[in-house]
Amino acid sequence: MGTVSRAAEETNRRMLRARDAMDRDYARPLDVPALARIAHVSEAHFARTFRATFGETPHRYLQRRRVERAMFLLRETDRSVTDICFDVGFGSPGTFSRTFRDIVGRSPRAYRKEAVAASVPTCFTMSWTRPSG
Amino acid sequence: MFNAITHSQIYVLDQDEALDFYVGKLGLEVAADVDMGFMRWLAVSVPGHPERQILLERPGAPAMLEETAEQVRELVTKGVMGGWLIFTTPDCRKTYETLLSQGVEFTEEPTERPYGIDCGLRDPFGNRIRFTQPKG
Repeated sequence: MGTVSRAAEETNRRMLRARDAMDRDYARPLDVPALARIAHVSEAHFARTFRATFGETPHRYLQRRRVERAMFLLRETDRSVTDICFDVGFGSPGTFSRTFRDIVGRSPRAYRKEAVAASVPTCFTMSWTRPSG
Repeated sequence: MFNAITHSQIYVLDQDEALDFYVGKLGLEVAADVDMGFMRWLAVSVPGHPERQILLERPGAPAMLEETAEQVRELVTKGVMGGWLIFTTPDCRKTYETLLSQGVEFTEEPTERPYGIDCGLRDPFGNRIRFTQPKG
């Protein structure tokens, strides 16, 4: 195994650790200093390395993670759209609706009407309902 | 037709490190550890259940070209290889505390689900593992 690929694998693994932390703290603002520490990269390099690893910016990933959580809450609970917006970390209903529609292609209310509750292990639901938009 | 699953497989990047993790930390048993020359057949199982083995396979030659093995290792370390496991436990929270104290990397704390209490972790390479305390 070459040293270059070993180094790339270690970078991947550390970035994955940082992304897992984003998954856990999705409702909080992006804490780049903390994530950079987890990933063992400088704050200046964090976004670039994240994008090189996963193909999208940390900000976009966090948006998709929040929208995935919002989709879950729309499907599985009776909470209002506004409450869900704040629950998953968006700062305003306007930003939430715009981002949701941009990623899912429908409004939160339209999504709720069409959604069917799922019952499979959480990891799968999390991965497969995370919209790719 | 079929009546059991006897073997499943996941990719690990280092079999000694995998042994430390799966046996030393998660408490599984070595079901087989055989140097076959062309590969090390390393399988683990839940204690008392040797009939269901998990092969801890290292990607590499001669099974695949080194270039392909690099791609596999890249996918494993990005957490998207797809090999993953779900165990059951009689006490999810206790098992979580035990493993946490041993430095196991959790992705999710124990959480109440419709089907029981479960949580998520990663092995040292990036594979996903969950364990569930089934309801009732």
